[in-house]
Amino acid sequence: MSLATVQNVQKQAATNQNTIFQVDNFNLWYGETHALKEVDLSINEKEITAIIGPSGCGKSTFLKTLNRMVEMVPSVKTSGDIYYRSQNILNKSFHVENLRTRVGMVFQKPNPFPKSVYENVAYGPKIHGIKNKKTLDEIVEKSLRDAYIWDEVKDRLKENAYGLSGGQQQRLCIARTLAIEPDVILMDEPTSALDPISTLKVEELIQKLKEDYSIVIVTHNMQQAARISDRTAFFLNGEVVEFNDTETLFSNPSDQRTEDYITGRFG
Amino acid sequence: MNYMDIQHVQKKMKTRIVKNNILKYIFLLATVIGLVVLATLIIRVFTQGIGAINVDFLTGHLSTAPERAGIMGAILGTLWLMAVVIPVTIIIGIGTALYLELYLKEGRTRALIQTNISNLAGVPSIVYGILGLTVFVRAMDLGNIVLAGGLTLALLILPIVIVAAQESIRSVPQHLTEASYGMGATKWQTIRRIILPAALPGMLTGSILAISRAIGETAPLTVIGIPALLIPFPEGITDKFTALPMQIYYWTLDAVLVEEYAKLASATIIVLLLLLFILNSVAIIIRNKFQQRY
Repeated sequence: MSLATVQNVQKQAATNQNTIFQVDNFNLWYGETHALKEVDLSINEKEITAIIGPSGCGKSTFLKTLNRMVEMVPSVKTSGDIYYRSQNILNKSFHVENLRTRVGMVFQKPNPFPKSVYENVAYGPKIHGIKNKKTLDEIVEKSLRDAYIWDEVKDRLKENAYGLSGGQQQRLCIARTLAIEPDVILMDEPTSALDPISTLKVEELIQKLKEDYSIVIVTHNMQQAARISDRTAFFLNGEVVEFNDTETLFSNPSDQRTEDYITGRFG
Repeated sequence: MNYMDIQHVQKKMKTRIVKNNILKYIFLLATVIGLVVLATLIIRVFTQGIGAINVDFLTGHLSTAPERAGIMGAILGTLWLMAVVIPVTIIIGIGTALYLELYLKEGRTRALIQTNISNLAGVPSIVYGILGLTVFVRAMDLGNIVLAGGLTLALLILPIVIVAAQESIRSVPQHLTEASYGMGATKWQTIRRIILPAALPGMLTGSILAISRAIGETAPLTVIGIPALLIPFPEGITDKFTALPMQIYYWTLDAVLVEEYAKLASATIIVLLLLLFILNSVAIIIRNKFQQRY
């Protein structure tokens, strides 16, 4: 056994109990561009895993691989394995719809549907077959409460979601994701389009959500990663340079490139 | 040091402003020419034809005697044609557009189909008439009935409908479809709940405009041999028929023999214009009613 394999086995043994995603030797190409190189990562249950790195380092690509949204780009090719709760999600027989029901996503720009607040939250339950009005009402209220936006929108449930502020729209999108009761929530720079106060609210929300959900968050903002995450992965040019406890990574990085990045020498 | 010579700029300023004004009037002239021609057409048609329009004319049978001639048969024929053209173009057109935009992977096949559809939109309508004659009237042995005429007209406008529908689909913001797929929706659920509601106004507007064009077409119908004879009113899509543009065509042609026919042709044009006007109003109403803001 090579050293890498030994380490891998050890890592797996240590974390197997609560590993949600296990990424093994994963590569991804956009046409000829090698965007992710030999990524090995494991993501734990009920933790916030932050992905940091400069623009174009592949962090968003990696996130979108976890729910296979990356396949919407026509020229994508991959190799390696990604296990979600020990099922290989890259397997041809694995239905993406199944995966995305368990692995929800919140996008960079708030993207509510041009429908009412209520219909936005009820969208997920409806497509998964819930028709009962009372059940839907309960799901909508619970999801909006869990996203800490209920008090702000409870009187405007029938109004178009586009009338909400940017920060409210983003929390609505989080509520919409919560409504399908996912196992994992992927967040792609969820606060980059928001003002500081809305950012703070969303950050508080993310930390509350950790109690019930596993969260993977891509962020441009290192302070944000340091503030909210349990573990942090630093991506550079499509490679994972360092992956460790957030505290260790920020206070005592083991790789020079990580140190350069977090101290602001580049990026 | 200064690249901007203010005196030079001011010297040239007058020419620039004059040029600016001249161009404004050229564009105005272009618009006015179009409007004047259109107005002349409408005024002429109305002054000549409005006198011939009365209940007997609208509800009567065709006749060689101008004072007894009615266009009910042609109106019914055109309505039956629409009954074939509208569902066929909308279903096939939107279906094709959805397949090309959302299912077919990008590549050589798609590019080939796309180019062909765009080219088909430019094929003269008489060629579609020949196609309809060969396929529907003769090979399928339908004869010159409403169904054959309707399918021919549907083929004629399908390329336009498909391209319009594709553009509407493409204009649906990707972040909305991503949000839907991201929650585990299937492609069909995403189409039905997100893409169609957003794209439908554009699709229907494009379709209705294309259908108005089909309603006014004469060439393909002449080729498949639509008569302007004393035939019974069409009662279904398997009956022989005549249509408003055919009636206009024959009456205009025969106006050399019977002068009165020119008036009847103008009156029929008014009826046809009214029909198109109603159809286009429906398109506008649909667009305004369903239009969403993103």
